[in-house]
Amino acid sequence: MRSTTAIFSTLLIASLFVYSGCGNGGNGSGAIGTSSAAEKVYVAPGEYDSYYEFFSGGFSGQVTVHGLPSGRLLKIIPVFSVDAETGYGFNEETKPMLMTTYGFIPWDDAHHPKLSQTNGVHDGKFLFINGNNTPRIARIDLRYFETTEIIQIPNSGGCHASPYPTQNTEYLVAATRFSVPTPQEDVPLDQESYKKNFKGTFTFITGGEEPGNMDIAFQILVPGYDYDKTHSGKGVSHGWSFFTSYNVEQANTLKEKNASQYDKDYIAAVNWKKAEEYIKQGKFHEWPSEYYHNYYDEKTQTATATKKKGVKVLIPSECPGIVYYLPTPKSPHGVDVDPTGKFIVGSGKLSADLTVHSFEKMLAAIEAENFDEVIDGIPVLNFDAIHAGTVSSGGLGPLHTEFDGRGHGYTSFFISSEVVKWSLDNFEVVDRIPAYYSIGHLSIPGGGSMKPWENGKYLIAMNKITKDRYLPTGPELAHSAQLYDISGDKMELLLDFPTMGEPHYAQGILASVIKDSQVKFYKLEENEHPHKALNENETRIERNGNEVHIYMTMIRSHFAPDNIEGIKVGDKVYFHVTNLEQDWDVPHGLAVMGARTSEILVMPGQTETLVWEPQAEGVYPFYCTDFCSALHQEMQGYVRVSPKNSNVKIKWSLDDEVHEL
Amino acid sequence: MKHLPKIIFLLAALSLLGMFIAPIWRISLLAPQYPQQLTMYIWINQITGDEAGTLQNINILNHYVGMKEINPDSIPELVYFPKIILGMAALGLVFALINNKKFWIAWVVILSILGILGIYDFYLWLYDYGHNLSPEAAIKVPGMAYQPPLIGTKMLLNFKASSWPHWGSAFIVTAMLGAAYAVYLKGKLKKQV
Repeated sequence: MRSTTAIFSTLLIASLFVYSGCGNGGNGSGAIGTSSAAEKVYVAPGEYDSYYEFFSGGFSGQVTVHGLPSGRLLKIIPVFSVDAETGYGFNEETKPMLMTTYGFIPWDDAHHPKLSQTNGVHDGKFLFINGNNTPRIARIDLRYFETTEIIQIPNSGGCHASPYPTQNTEYLVAATRFSVPTPQEDVPLDQESYKKNFKGTFTFITGGEEPGNMDIAFQILVPGYDYDKTHSGKGVSHGWSFFTSYNVEQANTLKEKNASQYDKDYIAAVNWKKAEEYIKQGKFHEWPSEYYHNYYDEKTQTATATKKKGVKVLIPSECPGIVYYLPTPKSPHGVDVDPTGKFIVGSGKLSADLTVHSFEKMLAAIEAENFDEVIDGIPVLNFDAIHAGTVSSGGLGPLHTEFDGRGHGYTSFFISSEVVKWSLDNFEVVDRIPAYYSIGHLSIPGGGSMKPWENGKYLIAMNKITKDRYLPTGPELAHSAQLYDISGDKMELLLDFPTMGEPHYAQGILASVIKDSQVKFYKLEENEHPHKALNENETRIERNGNEVHIYMTMIRSHFAPDNIEGIKVGDKVYFHVTNLEQDWDVPHGLAVMGARTSEILVMPGQTETLVWEPQAEGVYPFYCTDFCSALHQEMQGYVRVSPKNSNVKIKWSLDDEVHEL
Repeated sequence: MKHLPKIIFLLAALSLLGMFIAPIWRISLLAPQYPQQLTMYIWINQITGDEAGTLQNINILNHYVGMKEINPDSIPELVYFPKIILGMAALGLVFALINNKKFWIAWVVILSILGILGIYDFYLWLYDYGHNLSPEAAIKVPGMAYQPPLIGTKMLLNFKASSWPHWGSAFIVTAMLGAAYAVYLKGKLKKQV
């Protein structure tokens, strides 16, 4: 009898475990205490999240904004890729944003969103993000949540270690990912040519603090390795920027093997204040490199693309003291600086360990000239002289570390698929938790700055593999992200949510820092668009050869004008459309049948331009695409297209008002 | 003490000028899509909204049911009401100097009549906006009128319309009560003498 009870109790307990452990198919939810986790992420209808979290879209080229702790998607901000939904890159106003020296490029690979900083703290003004493929850095203005500036980076073969601003956004930085002949030239691809001709650059960009003036301040020519990640110093290490490298072997082929041979690669430490001195002394080379600077002016609501020429290049062998190499084991990916600025953490992605360098020891080693060797004028510091400690993690494949401001680092481990929490006092591991699956970057809101928000409350894991986490959706799956509560001694998994594209990194900021500075609509009286029509009396049509400019307005629930005649086959028709609404969240859209472009989606008070080249005579309807009102379906009009040689006069009308050209 | 009634009457008359520094009435429209409400302020000399675009937004909503556009330029009261108020303040100033109780009583009576006429005129405008609807309106609800209440709250289709006096009205009330008190005080002082 007693044994029967025991068996039953055991079965009962076992079944409880099975029940709680198998919430989602085969793999376990991983969350401890599902109901308390649910409470921690529940944001009631009508309530707000406490954080904005900005995710890079990776190969989508865009930025997505989620709320935390709910994980809800708030917005997709087009940055490097055209976006047919908003007309970004399709309408005349934003096409110049995507101009480069290679011409108009409709896509890039967006990697690392970084918030602007004042005194080492996220100030909530701007978000910067790098384009990895065709080297560029973009600015998103956080009053509008729109991309307003893009600068191209010359003399670079891929922009991965970027944009990582300095403590007061004095500079945004970038390093070449793939070393290339610099300046570019036609050379063979063999090993000898690689070692001889291929170079890397570190780029420092000014103008981050205020919109409109981003420019290349200077570039530093460095040996031809691959440069991977970066972080700028803070606090005691303000004035320095750090870049990881791999392929110090300088392999030219099968890099997965040949670039992974050495025990150590380097973290490059760049003294940019020293570099500024050399620039002032004129110790730079002026290269005739060309690059584009594209700026969207919120007043004219129009972007201009400006081709620039000439960059200042510093060569380390001519400028002692600007670059040092810190030997760091096994192809380090992340280089992260703790909130005090004292420690530089290298994540040796092919090893189990993290290497922590001491900034103070680094300065002492430089002072004592404790160099192992000098490469192209760059001293390699002695490893033991700068080494502060090693975190023996027990995991494998560390990638990236952020901090909670309470003396802990949190490192993502790609291969062992986990987050490891460790102490900055003794470099001992204090906690670990699985990630689903193969975490790349992680993000603690403010965790890369001098002030993690709320002393490090949340951590987000961005994962490279999704597999069975959500309902299956064919071969391609959304990448998964997990939210952890890290406020206690033990990390707790709270939430799992899908993301857009391939988020490489994310930055979070307390919602209260930016939510009250949001622009709700453009004021009509401040609209300086060259083709605006500020009321229906200003609507008109002008013909200039085969170019026809229609100055149109939209307001609930009609276009003015809504009947247009006199357009001919072969004309290039510009619809300059101004949304006359002056209320929050009343956009109107415009789509024209057969127009080989996207719609335009015009915010209140804004003017946008859709270009249409009608190919055949007939009558073409146009309509409002954004469900604006009870009479949205009635918000429509017609354009009459006549043969090329016809005598039909330009005529436009609305209701009883008829005008003729 | 002897000059106190005169001073009070003078202040009461001058307090009418306060009607230029605050709206005298406010009408708010609340609907699920407008959680912050659309609020229109009626001043002695202008009509404003809580935001620059409020009047336009109210007009956009109103045009669906055929209401006339609220256009401050076409409301003559906004031009002559300020003149009347300035005139009454000036008259009060003169009457204070004349320092005669009968003149003061007359002033209070005139002001009260003007106040009642003003409210009646406001009612007529509300009635006209609410009932004089375009036959071409897109949305026609049989038997429905859109006249907001003079004072209080009323559902108008999906909108809850609230109409209440605002701070500017306090000045005309102050003027009436102050002047009446001056009259009373003057009578009381005379008896004491």
